[in-house]
Parts: sequence; C-alpha cells; structure tokens
Amino acid sequence: MKIDRRSFLSLGIGAAAGTALSPLPWKITDDLSIWSQNWPWTPVPQDGEATYVNSVCTLCPGGCGISVRKIDDRAVKIEGMKGFPINDGGICILGLSGLQLLYGPTRIASPLKRTGKRGEGAFQAVSWKQAISEVVDKLSSLRKEGKPHTVAGISGEREGTTGRLFKRFLTAYGSPNFMHVPSAADASEQVLYLMHGQGTTLGMDLENADYILSFSAGLLDGWGSPVRMFKANSRLKDKKGKLVQIEPRLSSTAAKADKWLPITPGAEGALALGLAHVIIAESLHNREFIENYTSGFEAFANYVRNGFSPDIVAQITGIPKAGIVSLAREFAGASRPVAICGRGQGDTPGALCEAVAVHALNALVGNINRTGGVWSVAQPVDFNWSQVWPDEPARMGLARKRIDGAGGPLLPQSLLNRFPQAVNGKNPYEVQALLVSNANPLYTMRDVESVKKAFDRIGFIVSFSSYMDETAQYSDLILPNHHYLERYEVVEGIKGMTSPFIGMAKPVVKPLYNTRHTADVIIELASELKGTVAAAFPWASYEACLKQTLGYKVNALAEDGYWMDGGYMPPDWSNAFKTPSGKFEFNLSPFKHKVYTHPEGDPSIFPLVLIPYDSLRLANDQIGNAPFMTKTVADTVLQKSDAVVEINPETGKQLRLAEGSLAVLKTPKKTVKVAVHLSQGVGPGIVAVPRGLGHLGNDRYLAGKGVNVNDLIGPVDDVVSGLDAAWGIRASLAKS
Amino acid sequence: MSTVEEKVKESSEHAASAPAKAASEKSGGEDRNAGAGGPITLFFILGLAASLVVGWVVFPKLLYSQKSQPFDFNHALHMEEVDNGCESCHFFREDGSFSGSPRLAQCVACHEDVQGVSEDEKIFVENYVVEDREVPWLVYSKQPDCVFFSHAAHVKGAGMDCAVCHGPIGESDHLKVYEENRISGYSRDIWGKNISGIKRNSWDRMKMDDCAECHMETTGRTSSVQTKKDGCFVCHK
Repeated sequence: MKIDRRSFLSLGIGAAAGTALSPLPWKITDDLSIWSQNWPWTPVPQDGEATYVNSVCTLCPGGCGISVRKIDDRAVKIEGMKGFPINDGGICILGLSGLQLLYGPTRIASPLKRTGKRGEGAFQAVSWKQAISEVVDKLSSLRKEGKPHTVAGISGEREGTTGRLFKRFLTAYGSPNFMHVPSAADASEQVLYLMHGQGTTLGMDLENADYILSFSAGLLDGWGSPVRMFKANSRLKDKKGKLVQIEPRLSSTAAKADKWLPITPGAEGALALGLAHVIIAESLHNREFIENYTSGFEAFANYVRNGFSPDIVAQITGIPKAGIVSLAREFAGASRPVAICGRGQGDTPGALCEAVAVHALNALVGNINRTGGVWSVAQPVDFNWSQVWPDEPARMGLARKRIDGAGGPLLPQSLLNRFPQAVNGKNPYEVQALLVSNANPLYTMRDVESVKKAFDRIGFIVSFSSYMDETAQYSDLILPNHHYLERYEVVEGIKGMTSPFIGMAKPVVKPLYNTRHTADVIIELASELKGTVAAAFPWASYEACLKQTLGYKVNALAEDGYWMDGGYMPPDWSNAFKTPSGKFEFNLSPFKHKVYTHPEGDPSIFPLVLIPYDSLRLANDQIGNAPFMTKTVADTVLQKSDAVVEINPETGKQLRLAEGSLAVLKTPKKTVKVAVHLSQGVGPGIVAVPRGLGHLGNDRYLAGKGVNVNDLIGPVDDVVSGLDAAWGIRASLAKS
Repeated sequence: MSTVEEKVKESSEHAASAPAKAASEKSGGEDRNAGAGGPITLFFILGLAASLVVGWVVFPKLLYSQKSQPFDFNHALHMEEVDNGCESCHFFREDGSFSGSPRLAQCVACHEDVQGVSEDEKIFVENYVVEDREVPWLVYSKQPDCVFFSHAAHVKGAGMDCAVCHGPIGESDHLKVYEENRISGYSRDIWGKNISGIKRNSWDRMKMDDCAECHMETTGRTSSVQTKKDGCFVCHK
C-alpha cells in the first residue's frame, strides 16, 4: 500500500467531513459568541435586593435630602429625597455623582504617616493606635512646654456637631486658634449683628418673593442650596415674578434672568447705595417700617444722598443713570421684593459694606421678617453641652491672642484668610501644629503659594481627609474620616433656610476601608490627653453625643432625615431687633472707609481685571469634581488640559488673541498658561476664569486639568470685618 | 460556497464513487488508479471516524470542567418542611423582583445551629452561618447579563410552573455536578446535556431558541421581521 500526498489529503478531507458532521464547530461558534459578549472587564451590575436608604448630602452646605438606591450592600444610585423640605426629590450634579467619590480610587484606606519629603506623596500605612498616639504625644508635649496655643485647627464646618466638637477640643486643650473655612454666611452674620443686634442666621423666603434683585449671587450656579434655588426660580417664573441679575459676567443665572445688568466688577455695593438714593429721594421706601422700627435712617439717607447720586453711581458701576432709576422704582414698587448678595456660589464673604448696603435695601422696602423677604431665623438646636473647665495650662493658652487676630465684639469669630499672613509674617508666636478637618486649604484658600509657605513653617500637620487631596498630600499624618455616605453627621446652618432646620446624614453603606469618624477620633484624642480635656468629652462615642445633644429630635431625624420647626414665623418688627435702640439700625460703620474694594495690582502693568466665576458643573470646595462632572464641562471652560478664560472679542482684538488661542495670564500672584474664549458675556477689560479646576491632588481624573484660580488671586482684608473682600485681581494677558 | 463546504461536497462525492471503483478493481478491470484507491478510501474513513469521535465524544468531555457545589443540598427534604413550595425559599420580593438562590438570611431562620446529622449541614453552619458568609452557589440556570428575564412575568403573569424551565429539581435528593463551559463560563444546562442540542423535556435546554419556541407557541407573536421571532429587545436589554 502506497502512502502518498493524496492519502494525507484524503485523511484531511475525511477529518473535515467528520468535523462538519459533529457538533464541534457549531457548539464552539456558539460558545465563542457568548464569550466575546462577556469580556471580564465589562462591568456587570450586581444582582440582588433593591433597597433605599435616606440620608442627607454633605458634599456642599446645601443640605439636600438624598435617597440612595442599593442592590444588596452596594450603593448604585443617588436620588433626591422626595418630600424633603429643601430639595423635594431634586438633586444637583455633584450630589448625583457622589458614588464615584465613594468607590473611586482617591479614597484613603487607612491611617498614613509621611515617609518622604512633604508634598512628595510618600506615605506608609500605620495602625490607628500608632496614629492616635503620635498626635497625643505631640499635643501632650506642647502642653507640657506651656504652648497649647501654638496648635491651630481648620474646620470646613462653621456649624455642625463635628465642627463644634473640634472647637471644644481645642478650647479644652488650651488653644484659641479654631478657624473655619469662611463663606458669605460670615458676612451675613456680621450684617445681622450690626443691623439686628443678634447673631442668628439670615433666611431668604425666595419662594414667596415676586421680585428678586440679585447682586452677583449665582442663584442658578450653586448659590445656597442649589436645588431649592432652582425650584424657587421656577416658582417665580410661574408667578410671573421677576429676577434681575446684576453681574459682570453672563452666568447661567444671568442668562435665565428676566434682566441682566452687566456691572463693573466689585461695584455691587455702590449700586445698592445708588438704588437706596433713588428710593429715598423719591420717597418710595416703606414709611411704616422706617419711621417706627428703625434708627439711624436720617444719617444713612444723608450718606447716600451726598455720595451716591445716580450720576456718580452710573460712573462707578457702568450702568446708565436711567437704568439705575428705573431699577430702583421697579424694586420699590414690587409687592414682595428681596435683594440678595454673595458672589457666585457665595463661598467668599466679600466686603462687609456691600452686604450691609444690600440688606439696607431690604430694610428700605420693609421686607424684613415678612413673607417673601429676609428673615432672621432662630437656632434649631440648643447645644446644652456642659461648660468646658480648662485647667491651668489651658487657661494660659486661651489667654493668648488668636493667631488670625479674630474675635472681639466687632470681628468675626474666625479669620482663616489672615492665617497664612500671620504665620509667614509678624506673628505673636510660632504655630507648631495644625489639625485640618473637612477642609482643603491648600486648594480653596486664596494665594495658595503663601498658604503653602505658611504650612512649611508648621512642624506637624494632621489631616482628617477621606481623600488624597492637596492638603492631605502635604500633611505629616492622615487620620482618614469615613466617607460622607458612611457616617452620621448633623447638618445645620443651611444658607437661606427660613425655618429652624437640622438634617441628619446617616451611613448608607458600611465603611469600605479602615477609616474612623473624625468626631470619634477627637473624642478618643481627648480621652488619651486625660484630665480636664477628657472631662470635657463625657461621651463614649459620637453617636452617644448626638443622642444626648439632639434629645427628642433624634427620632424625627432618624426617621425623616430632618427636623424642622415647620410653623416658624419670625418675630414681628416690635420684637425683632436686639440692638441698643431695640430697632433696626442703619449702621454706617462699614462705610467709614470705601465702598469699592480695589483689586490688587498696578493698572499700568496689569491692565485687565480678573474675576473668578462659579459653575454647578465644577465643584470648587474641599470636594473635587467627580469624573462624571468633568465630562459635562464645555470646551469653552476646559480645552483638553488647558483652562479656558473668557474675554470680550474687543479685548481679544486689542491683544491679538483669537478664539482658542493660547495665552499667558499673569497676575501679581502667579503666571499661568491658558486658552482664550471670546465671549460677549464679559465686558471689555475683564478676564473671567472658572473656579474648581487646576487640582494637583486626588486622582488622575481631577489632577492636572486647567488652573486653580485661587493661585492667581490674593486675599484683601476688609477694613471693617477683616474678612476677605477680594472679588478679583488685576491681570495681564498676552499671546504665548 | 465556502472552501470548507466545497471540500465537504467533493469528499462526499469521492466517498460515493469509491465503492464503485473498488468493485471495478475486483472484477479485474485495468484501472489507472489501481492500488491507490484503497489507501485513499481508508485514510478518508480514518479521518472521518477520528473526527467524529473527537467531535461527539472527546470534545464534550474537554469542553466542560466538573465543579462541585460548596456542599450538597437536598431539595426533596426541604420541600417536605416548607408550606409554600419553591416560593418558600425562592421567593418574590415586595417590588416584584425574584430573589433567586436563597441568601444566608433566609437559611439562618432554621439553621442557626446544626439541626440534623448531615455532614453537609455541618459544613454550611460552620463555614457560612458562623462566619456570616454568603454561600457561593454555582447557579445552573445563570444567563449572561445581556439577557433580561422576568420571573414575575412568567410565574405570576403567565402562571407557569417552575418545573417548565427548571425541571423537577425540587424532587431531587442531591445537587448534581456543575459542569462549567470552559469557553463561555456558563453551566452545561443552558445548552443542554445532549451535545447535539436535542431535547426531550421543556427544561432540557435554556437557549434563546427555547425561549422563542415557547413564546411562539403561546403568544404567536413574530414581531421581528428578520428573525421571525419575538422582538430582540424583549429579552436583550
């Protein structure tokens, strides 16, 4: 038998025929098709029982109720909670993307200790026991040396139980240096103190107003509780009410307003006084209120009569005289008008005189504590914690001057904006240790470079951050807090709420990592420090503290997520004011100096004016953007990794800058590279820069995109309040 | 026609003519191909036989890996103990979704401690109940994620019995060996035990065609013009 090539061919043909007659090819084809549709890297949603957990969002101070949908133990979607007094089912883009922050790669998984140089990012994981004992050792030795005042604390919360516990800790320990991150709420607190004689919070009954005059407040750009503002705006539109936006830039709020008045940046206070001039001159003010319940009106009338005639104000603001007069008539003629201020999202306090001028407008039309007006709102919780009894070393420390110079009868309780200057310059003493909770000063504070310099002079920095943000990266020890969806937190002091209100955030998922609630860590630190410091914290845990503090409200908070005095009505005019005269005071002290805060910089070197602007799509507080949000940012804000600045086409023509061209933006603080967008939405001579970009920390989705506008602007102290009054800075722009 | 099919056709023609050629050889007729026809046929048959054996016998054995469940489970025994049949453990949640394999929380109600003498129950209590760990059951009827199947629509809506698709598993004393397809990762029960795909019972296979067949019989809908089946997006979401 001869075996040749044909035999092999025959074998192959036979094999092919047999294979075709077997199930092999058909089965393999089928299996491969299933395999190729189920690649291992394709995410497959978990299957399981769907449940909802109600909580309160603490990503911004807005205090919205959220319903988190879970499949078994995994949170899969965040929705707005229906029936919640602030947002009633609505949610903003940041709240919606919170799960990316929970499950994202930027979380800190355990306590970390710095191993490399500061800011290098080299850390090693340590146990909680070691981390806490390192802090306790440092704090004990400073107290033994008689230097408890050299410890400073920065907290992201003005209010809230964790912030209060932090402040209490420093007091019991012996440091006067508790500072909170400033916001427009600080300015309004001062306004109420000066004009109402009490430090309550300022409520805005925008839902019932029929004419909203906004002095650069970005109602639809994240001001206050963003969802509540959107709903209030819809209501205003339904009622055929009017929103007038006074702002240098065509923001989303301005675009959706009934009228947009582009104003010279920083001139809002002058315009408010100009409007007051017209209202008084034409006797359009509320006589009943002014004559019976106010004091100092004549002096105020004289002040605006002499210095703020429409002619003068037209020059300062760039708004024509006729426009000022008609605006004043419209405002005073409306049945429930309200004037509000706080630039953009209201994260910066601004000049006190501006806030006072705007509030004076409200007083002129008599809408104080009235439906559709501004209300002074009582505190929702009486923090009946036992008094702190400091021991001798603590008393010595507390007797020292605050490092930021705050406090006293007329100054705010905290002036974080002055902290870097104080540490870098003439300071009464060296700061030895800094504790940072719920804040990211190395990103959010103005003139970041000087903040960094100040940090370099502080020997021991502890961060309580949940994320590897700029400040955490620059600290010596990180004691990571639970993520906001993993912890209890009491939310109070919500901007603009018209009823006493507290919200309660509660754990939606079990902690994913080896983290601890900052309040629990504070209680533990106190107990380790022993003596009077431990005695100031009679609670075993944060939860025990909450139960004791909130009393009967705990049940409502646990069930509904909030407690609200729903029937609250502000006191009527005869009882509303706690000033020496018992009346509303037109206080002129903020106007002693100047009503217009000049931006830093020499106009001959820096011919342009830089203003930052806020957008709902860019988180700019201590929480950075979630990747989903950055995806929604337009090319006119971020062009690949270049920040885009807005300039008027006329300015572009002068500087020979075309749409999209790259330019060098220079301010007295820093020089950066940007791309240019020509827009009629800003006036000539203005450069508008988005806030919320230019992160260095967190993850690769956030870092290295655009520039941080806080690098470019320095703080300007308000002469009266000491709060940061800067609204921008001088700048120059040239083709790169 | 593809090359493979051409070859198949050629070879089958060849195979058909081979016996005729062999017969002519036997009759002593002079043939130019005499002596070569034998081996060619033999090799053809060898190839054919070998590939048939590979395709029908070896391949199914290689395709599936045998996996055992974390421990054995007696459905029949449990059915005697419960009041509500399959739904006692495989229940519908309040929102209408189907719970699938029971979670630890349901089992713990009875099995907080070891009840009987079975070794499997001991494994369950010690390794899972005490450790508070979910049992990683290998699910015979698990479908790819792109397949959307509503138990509520079939069981509650159409009143179908569980056994129509799942077979008489409720009467079984033991869990069978889980045969995992090495390529797709799913159970052999989806394609069916029979490698040629022939089924005797409605629960023998769980492929798309089986769904379609039943849908066609009961609803008569052919909403897709291309496939003559019910619309793709009914199941593929």
